[in-house]
Amino acid sequence: MSTAFDLLLAAALLWSAWRTLATPQIGRAVILFIVFGLLLTLAWARLDAPDIALAEAAIGAGLTGALLLDAVAALRARRPDDEEGQS
Amino acid sequence: MKTLWRSLTVIALLGLAAALLVAVLGLPPAPVKLAGEVAAKLGASGVSHPVTAVLLNFRGYDTFLEVAVLIIALLGMLAAGLPPPPPTGSRNAMLPTLARLAVPLMVLAAVYLLWAGAFRPGGAFQAAAVLAAAAVLLHLAEILAPWPRDRRGPRLAIAGGFLLFLAIAAALLANGGLLRYPPEHAGLLIVLIESGLTVSLAVNLAAFFLLRAPEEQR
Repeated sequence: MSTAFDLLLAAALLWSAWRTLATPQIGRAVILFIVFGLLLTLAWARLDAPDIALAEAAIGAGLTGALLLDAVAALRARRPDDEEGQS
Repeated sequence: MKTLWRSLTVIALLGLAAALLVAVLGLPPAPVKLAGEVAAKLGASGVSHPVTAVLLNFRGYDTFLEVAVLIIALLGMLAAGLPPPPPTGSRNAMLPTLARLAVPLMVLAAVYLLWAGAFRPGGAFQAAAVLAAAAVLLHLAEILAPWPRDRRGPRLAIAGGFLLFLAIAAALLANGGLLRYPPEHAGLLIVLIESGLTVSLAVNLAAFFLLRAPEEQR
C-alpha cells in the first residue's frame, strides 16, 4: 500500500515538474509550481524529514508561490493586452 | 535543424545524467558518521531536537549567513525599484473576514513553532514564514496597508534580529570561537537568537510583498 503511494507520489512529482516547465502559460506554470511544492512536502514527510517538509510547505510552496503569483500580476499590469500571460 | 539541435541537447543531457549517476554511485562511504556525532553531542547543544542543534549550534555560522543573504535580497529589491501598489477595490468580500479569523490562529501557530523548535520539528524559519504569510494575507485583504519604502519600523525589526545574532556571536568570540556557546547557557541563547530571528525573518519575508512604491510615482 505504502509502496504504491510512494510510486504514485514520485510519478506525480515528475509529472508536475515537467508540466511546470513545459506549459506555455505563466499563470498556469505558477499554480503547477505550487502543486509541485505541496507534493514535495508530502515526499519529505514520507522520507521522515518533518523539518524539511515544514520548511518546504511554508517557504517553498507558500511564500515562493505567493511571490511568483505577485510577479505574474505585476507582469500583467505592465502588459494589459496580454490576457493569457503568454510570452 | 531545430530537431537536430533538440536531439543533440537531449543526448548531451542524458550523457551528463549518466556521468552524474556513475559518479554518485562511485562515491566512497562518508568517513565520519555525522548523525552519530550529532547524537553524541546533543546533550551539550542546549536543545534536544537534532536539526535545531545543527542549525543553531553546530552549524550556527551557516544560519547566520542565511539570514544575511535574505537581508541582501531585500536590499537588492530596494535597489532595483519597487513595484507600484496593486489596484484596490477588486477584492472578494469574504477575504477580510477569513483574514480576521485566520491571522490570530497563524500567530498562535508561529509562536508554537518557535517554541517547539527546541525539541521537535519547528524553529525560527518556519515560524517566520507563517508570520509573514499572515502579514501577506492581511495585505491581500486590504487590512494592512503597503509599507512605503522609507518606513522606519520594518527596517529596525529586520536589522534588530540580525544584529542580536551578531552581538551574541561577537560576545562569544571571547569564548574562543564564533558562536561557541557555553553549554550551560546554550539553550537560553538559542531561544533568544531564534526569537530575534523570527521577528527579523518574518518582517523580511513580508517586506518582499508589502514594500511598495508610493502611489504618486506611477
